Amino acid sequence: MAVILVGAAAMLLKAAGPVALGGRDLPGRAGWLVGAVAPALLGALVVTNTVGDGQSLVLDARVLGVGAAAVCIALRAPLLGAVVVAAGVTALARAVG
Amino acid sequence: MAREGTGASPGQPPGGFAYGLRASVPLCIAVGAFGISFGVLARSNGFGVVAPLVMSMTAFTGASQFAVVAVLGDGGGLGAAVTAAILLAARYVPIGISVAPALGGPVAARLLQSQMIIDESWAVANRGDGTFDRGALLGAGLAIYVSWVAGTALGVLGGDALGDPEKLGLDAAFPALFLALLAPQLRSRTAVTAAAGGALIALTLIPLARPGIPIIAASVACLAGWWRR
Repeated sequence: MAVILVGAAAMLLKAAGPVALGGRDLPGRAGWLVGAVAPALLGALVVTNTVGDGQSLVLDARVLGVGAAAVCIALRAPLLGAVVVAAGVTALARAVG
Repeated sequence: MAREGTGASPGQPPGGFAYGLRASVPLCIAVGAFGISFGVLARSNGFGVVAPLVMSMTAFTGASQFAVVAVLGDGGGLGAAVTAAILLAARYVPIGISVAPALGGPVAARLLQSQMIIDESWAVANRGDGTFDRGALLGAGLAIYVSWVAGTALGVLGGDALGDPEKLGLDAAFPALFLALLAPQLRSRTAVTAAAGGALIALTLIPLARPGIPIIAASVACLAGWWRR
């Protein structure tokens, strides 16, 4: 039951925007809004995935990994490099710590 | 930030189905590993083999699926499990609206394509100017979908050989991706304000609100900035 409900809910939530508005340009001000939503969501996703653990804030090895990735990004390393470095540094910190 | 092997000229964001596939390769490894751990967790919580697979094929959203298994596994009710899952998936409404202009065609085609929306494919398809690349979204989405479902299958069938994905640091791959895709967008004051605001709102709300709400709040807060304009 939960499987069916959650599957249907997720599919509907994903489909809502494209089915209702698909293929059309958003009107001017709504277009601006979408331009701002992307960095806001990405900023929030970085935070929740780096220091979030359920309903608590934790500083663990992920912070080191993402910090190392940030250095790579600042040095203009490719996307793949930054992601691999993040995982590698995090794994190393967990193995050591 | 440079994007590898795209052949795109400077200022011209990379895109296309092949770019989406390529850009999602490192993520597919992480997604597949978490798919395995989802399968293992679901199986050990008494969900059997078919239900976790069906869930990965339809819901295709890791956080919600882990929440359902965790809540029901801890003896929580159906209502609590479904509410947690819906809160975690609610961000797909603003995400779906943001990619809507890129997904045209008949309703059935839009419905089908929208199922390839997941945080990572959305982030890869993001051109950084408020528009999205349909090919990159579908390429990345399909690659991640296959990894997620295949990982789940391995997990429920008892393939716990990989071990704990967190031991391999794979949980840090996701924030690193989001950061790498955010960085080149931080060229306008609006984008910097929005990113900092979103991060701050999430940081403040994580201990205060149920999981999923901090991310929705970050996107809803953009409305406030919009009205003030």
